[in-house]
Formats: sequence, structure tokens, C-alpha cells
Amino acid sequence: MQRFFPLLIVIFLVILFAYMLRDGRNPSEIKNVHVGEAIPQFSLTDISNTGEISDQSIRNEKTPILVNFFASWCVPCRAEHDNLMALANTHNVRILGIAYKDQPEDSRAFLEELGNPFYKYGGDIDGSVGFEWGVTGVPETFLIDSNGRVRYHHYGPIVGDALHTKILPQLEDLSQ
Amino acid sequence: MNRLNLLAILALFSLILITGNPAKLHANDEPLPDPQKEQIARDLMKEIRCLVCQNQSIEDSNADLAKDLRRIVREQINNDRTPEQTKAYLVARYGDWVLLKPPVNTGTFLLWASPFILILPGIWLLFRRSQSATSAPQELTSAEKEQLNTIIKADAETNDEQETRR
Repeated sequence: MQRFFPLLIVIFLVILFAYMLRDGRNPSEIKNVHVGEAIPQFSLTDISNTGEISDQSIRNEKTPILVNFFASWCVPCRAEHDNLMALANTHNVRILGIAYKDQPEDSRAFLEELGNPFYKYGGDIDGSVGFEWGVTGVPETFLIDSNGRVRYHHYGPIVGDALHTKILPQLEDLSQ
Repeated sequence: MNRLNLLAILALFSLILITGNPAKLHANDEPLPDPQKEQIARDLMKEIRCLVCQNQSIEDSNADLAKDLRRIVREQINNDRTPEQTKAYLVARYGDWVLLKPPVNTGTFLLWASPFILILPGIWLLFRRSQSATSAPQELTSAEKEQLNTIIKADAETNDEQETRR
């Protein structure tokens, strides 16, 4: 029995490593603590004349929405922009935009250039709203259910097959 | 003259080594007016992870997020929050990951217990090995004794021969 002990350890490690290498796992991803919790208190600077945007206004929506942190200076945000447009136009998802550490005129110019996927957007000019949400960079996207709870957190841009393998299935789960 | 120069350089070098790298203030960072509070804030910053650099503290990092977190830590300390309250404030937003030293809780219990969990089977194995080694050897049979005697005798003779040759 003792002779097979090293072999058992090796087999265990192979299984462990194979499990850790499995598809779709990003070790550099930073988990967000708000998943499963109510959205944090916040309110945005009005930069698009859409009226007040806050945790209260989200709770008043009574429908699931996506909350997307973006910035005009953020290159990965450009990469995911087509997918946001598709979500808004093809899949009829309401997306709330939060411009993270961005000057209002820059955010507006960004959306004018690439198209506006947001039904509403506001400014988080000093990054304090990002802090409340536990955002570590842009882009990050949250799925909020109709009760104002965070159901899913997407770290980094929605690119590649992330739209079809992650965001849309999560939305489907919610609408069921 | 040369030796004096060398000594001066050595003295300077050892002075740097002894005093260590003085904790620099990051550019655009404003220290708290109360030096005591500033020190508390500085000490706390060493325990907070810069989330985008992952293995640096916010004290060490130049990242934008680290700068924000330093400002927030200073604000909290300046408002008479304790370091523990400030940590809890950050953990509520970023999770335990924001602390460089993970706290002991149900989620990290295995992590903290793993050295002991791993060392116990090791001790057990060592114990078993030492047990089997010290178990008393079996008595030799008379045939084996005889064989041993002849070997010892032959050995002693060859040794004697070597002695005399020297």
C-alpha cells in the first residue's frame, strides 16, 4: 500500500490541475462581493439629461437590467461595444451605463462616435460609485434582477463567446 | 586618500542599509495633518492589497486604484475610524481579497489549517517508520553465528597482515 502512495499523490495532482485548467476559468478574475446581494447605495452625476440615476431608481425599474461601467479612455470598452449594441438592439436588454472616472464631454463623444447602447447613463467622475460597487477597473458589467439584487458579475470586456455563453444564459435564467 | 574615499562610500552604503528605504510619499498624495494618524494610515496601507496589481500593497503601488484606496484609508483614519473599522469598510466593497493577510473564517479555515492537516500524516509516517526500525532484531541461528565468527576471524587476520606490512 505504502508503495503506491506517491502514485496516488501524482494522480490526485493531475486531477486537481485538470480541474483548475477547465474551460472558462480565469484565474486573474477578481470576484465581486456584491453578487447575491442588494445593489449598493449610489447616485450618479447627471451627464445626459436623463434625470436621477441611483440605487432607488434601479429598484423602481421592476425589470432586470445590465449595469455597465465604461470609460472613453478604456480600450477594452471599445472592444465590447458591439456586443453591448447587440444586447440593446437585438436582444432588447436595458443597459444602464456608468462612465467611470471620465469627463462628461468625453463620455458623450465616445457614445456619439460608437453609438449609444444605454437606455440611461450617468457619470461617476471621481470613481466613488465604482468603489461602492467594488469595481477594480473598466469594463465591468452587472446583471441586476427586478428586485434590485446583483445576480451576475462579468469581469472585463464582453468579447468572444462571452455574450452567448455567459450574459445571455444568465438573462434567460432570470426571465424564467 | 583612496582608502578614505572607500570608507566614506562604505559608511554611506551601510547607513542606507541600516535606515532602509525611507517610506516615500507618493506624488499627489497628501499626508494627514496629524502625524500620528498619518502613521496609523501608513501602517494600514501595507496590509491592503492593490487589487489591480494583486501582490502589491497600496503603499507600494503606483496604480490609480491604489491611489484612490490610499485616499480612502486616510479619510477613514482622519474621521477617527479604527484600522479594523477601515478594513471592514474596504472588505464590504472588495471582499477579503483586499486584505493581504487572509482572515480566519469559514471560507479560509482550510487554508489556515492546511499546514497542520499536512503535517499530521507526515508525523504519523515518521512515527511508523521509527517504530519498525527499532523493533528488536531476531536472534541469530547457530549456523549463522558460526558463519559470523569465521568472517570476523578472517577479517582480523587480514587486518593483522596489513598491520605487519606497514
